[in-house]
Amino acid sequence: MRKKRSIMLTLILILGSSARLAKSQDLASFEKRVTVKTLGNGLTVLVCERPEAPVFSFFTHVDVGSDREVPGITGLAHMFEHIAFKGTEKIGTSNYGEEKIALQKVEEAYHAYDWERRKEVDRDDKKVSALEKNWKDAMAAAQKYVVENQFGQIVEQAGGQGLNAFTDNEETGYHYSFPSNQVELWAYLESERFLHPVLREFYKERDVVHEERRLGESNPFGRLLEQFLAAAYVAHPYGQPVVGWPSDLESFSETDAENFYRTYYVPANMVVTVVGDVKASEILPLLEKYFGRLPAGPKPQPLRTVEPPQTSERTVILREASQPVFIEGYHKPGARDKDNAVYEALQDLMSNGRTSRLYRSLVRDKKIAANSGGFNGFPGDKYPNMFVFFAISTPGHTPDETRDAIHADIERVKKEDISDEELRMIRTRAKADLLRRLGDNQGLAFQMGTAQSLYGDWRELFREADKIEKVSKADIRRVANATFVDSNRTIGMIESTQLAKAPAAGKEGPQ
Amino acid sequence: MRHSIRLTLAFLLASCFFCSAAPSLGQATDWNQIQAPPLRAFHPPVPVRIQLSNGMVIFLMEDHELPLVQGIAEIRGASRDEPAEKAGLVQILGMAWRTGGTKDKTGDQLDDYLEARAAKVETFAGTDFLTVNWDCLKENLDEVLPVFIDVLEHPELREDKIALAKNQINTNIARRNDNPFNIAFREASKLVYGADAPYGRVAEYATVAAVTRDDLLSWHQRYVHPNNMILGVVGDFEAKAMESKLRAAFESWPKGPIAPKFQHSYKGPKPGIYQVQKDDVTASTVQMVDLGTSRDNPDYFALEVFNEFFGGSFSSRLFSNIRSKKGLAYAVGGGVGAEYDHPGVVRLFMGTKSNTTAAAIDAFNEELDALKTNPCTPEELAKAKGAILNSFVFRFDSHEKVLRERMIYELYGYPQDFLERYRAGIEKVTQTDVARVAQKYVHKNQLAILVVGKPAEFDRPLSSFGPVTNVDISIPPPGGQRK
Repeated sequence: MRKKRSIMLTLILILGSSARLAKSQDLASFEKRVTVKTLGNGLTVLVCERPEAPVFSFFTHVDVGSDREVPGITGLAHMFEHIAFKGTEKIGTSNYGEEKIALQKVEEAYHAYDWERRKEVDRDDKKVSALEKNWKDAMAAAQKYVVENQFGQIVEQAGGQGLNAFTDNEETGYHYSFPSNQVELWAYLESERFLHPVLREFYKERDVVHEERRLGESNPFGRLLEQFLAAAYVAHPYGQPVVGWPSDLESFSETDAENFYRTYYVPANMVVTVVGDVKASEILPLLEKYFGRLPAGPKPQPLRTVEPPQTSERTVILREASQPVFIEGYHKPGARDKDNAVYEALQDLMSNGRTSRLYRSLVRDKKIAANSGGFNGFPGDKYPNMFVFFAISTPGHTPDETRDAIHADIERVKKEDISDEELRMIRTRAKADLLRRLGDNQGLAFQMGTAQSLYGDWRELFREADKIEKVSKADIRRVANATFVDSNRTIGMIESTQLAKAPAAGKEGPQ
Repeated sequence: MRHSIRLTLAFLLASCFFCSAAPSLGQATDWNQIQAPPLRAFHPPVPVRIQLSNGMVIFLMEDHELPLVQGIAEIRGASRDEPAEKAGLVQILGMAWRTGGTKDKTGDQLDDYLEARAAKVETFAGTDFLTVNWDCLKENLDEVLPVFIDVLEHPELREDKIALAKNQINTNIARRNDNPFNIAFREASKLVYGADAPYGRVAEYATVAAVTRDDLLSWHQRYVHPNNMILGVVGDFEAKAMESKLRAAFESWPKGPIAPKFQHSYKGPKPGIYQVQKDDVTASTVQMVDLGTSRDNPDYFALEVFNEFFGGSFSSRLFSNIRSKKGLAYAVGGGVGAEYDHPGVVRLFMGTKSNTTAAAIDAFNEELDALKTNPCTPEELAKAKGAILNSFVFRFDSHEKVLRERMIYELYGYPQDFLERYRAGIEKVTQTDVARVAQKYVHKNQLAILVVGKPAEFDRPLSSFGPVTNVDISIPPPGGQRK
């Protein structure tokens, strides 16, 4: 009992009294717990000390997603993310020397097969079959050296939690949490993974990724979003599905993935963030030691393509058995634009909770939607993106009705100033939301790492609320009028071929 | 190259001066060279437990990291306890309880009042409990706590919000066949628990329409009593001060009848092949299910180890063999489900392209056969126990987690030291235990096999596995059939 008490006391001493802590949530005091360093090879490392419990989380942020893909290799960024779980020269193999030779044979066999099968003229089907068999035999030969999922096994056996990764339209992230005594094992594994990755089992994993695509296709909303984005973007890669087009998932090669990795997985293009029970003075040398091994390379040039202004309204309609969905997007600047906070305020006004404009209008009063909102930053943040509105109609109501209701609310925000109460609410919530995001290692690592990569400074996470504080009523009208214009709009909807009937409304009881 | 390593070493030695626990010197070239130091001693925070004279149990957990305070009331009497002919009653209550306002304030007025303070008071309906909670900045506690109390004790359940809640639930009913994954989980539960039984049944238009405001009010009167709930509070407050606030608020609240213990006997599914035809998909969802067990079963710890190595992790057999080796699936997993006071579900699940549907079932069958011949290797046992024990600290690495854990034990009548018992239980599990529970709880011939997909594109018809029962998932139209 006494022991527990004394530890509580120690914790209280470390954390400071609650009176002093009241002000410890501001940027200045948070800064004392955060260390940022750029290693000699260009890698940015961020350490945030949060000794609440003997655990830590990390987030490796790579500044590339499907944004750098071109036709033929769509889905490759996500594919590499899968392959980054397949191990290294020392993990996941029984004999790397021999496996390496076997993998080269797989690649040669694949290229021969792929070349022949994709011939439009003079294709020899017998030859295709023979080459396919060669390729499959080569894969079987390479498979003999594979120690299945050893990377994940090492992490899990050492107590790792939440081992996973994600890829989106502009970034790739790797993350998990460990007990704090595993810092060195983590530093080794996470650096080794990007220093000596072996792209083994590539073609089987390509099938897994294709299954992931099918999972998305099985969901009507997934089908709608793919068509919606393809219509909204004519030039910028935001119009491509992150998971890739089926033809590319059946074609791209391990060599393609390796080239992609060499170009974009350079330290200057990565941020590693560690949050939890770590001390910067202890962990920085480890980060230098292990992550310092990654060879430096040139930071990739910024993406050239910019989506040209949209000059005509576009509409995609899916006619399906599933129930209606309405979505529409308006092009707007990216997250680094000076008006981003205005769009954030608009999002809060339109969508946040039961006081929001769209809830009160479509859900509460008109009763035509079960859910409706308007969101900033779709499908990404980094590049000029869209402000998107959506509505899920209630039984018997069509997407046209929800569209008209959303448009009425858009007109209102263009024509009338928002109220003092609304403006105050937006500001209060921005500050409180920031606080609510600080109490979790993984969430902090994720947000700080993303801010560091996007803005070059993790502190932007804390400045967001201050920027929203400065947004005026006039800003909101100005931005709404500039953005929500018919010719800048793309609409996507599911029109149901079997529209559900509306049950009799109101307060009927049993007859 | 060598030069840079020497520099790194020099830097490391210099910085070690500041270290309390020195990291291993030199740079590991292999993962198994790295020896983790013991984890620092850590005693998770312990909440203060108070019981009022009316039986209300309160847990107080101080956490001064952020200036926030949250309260969570868990109340017995939820959807598993509702009558089948009014399925959806508790779900409607969960929505309309808060939105329908209190005697003095409408729900909309509460929305305005709370949102202006970036605060929340919300109500939720679960299968096992009703939940009422609040979340606010410390500075607003004295404005938000009274709202929480008012909502908890005096809901008005105004008709307009009941209609709104019904409208939302009807929307979910109308859309419940849009996503094949959801269909599979819903229909699998019906097979395991029974289409009309708690945990199996779902709300229909007719059962939703049958619910009245009086039903909701009497549900509240029947279950919402101080001796039928647990209140947990976590955040930036002083326990003593919070205790007197809560005593002042709740001590005079009269006792009521205690909800009876949940009891229902389940027979489990009728084994066989069940097919849900859905023609707008490119992939099939496969589930193989049976009735599982509960956590007070002494076999629970061995089953946890079994689940970890069989289908519950990145390095599990199902993941390795079906996803990594065969490339058959993106989502695959499974295990023997165990709940606190009723049986969970034994479940193997997978999504696979239409033309490998039969191959997927074959692959599951292979894994089930392998359990007989090779139930658990010493390596699998060591890996699984290592994974559970080494990650044990994540079960209590935040104040809120510890609080919720304690509340759950109290609610289901589990010992308050169940976590410690869990650790000890896992440590004792042997290879023989795992082999035994694998045989005892996973029976290939007792499983119901459910497939949601497009039969025209399957690699083999499902009839090649046995007689097929077609499952009708069409939604009974509103009002229509009942006269």
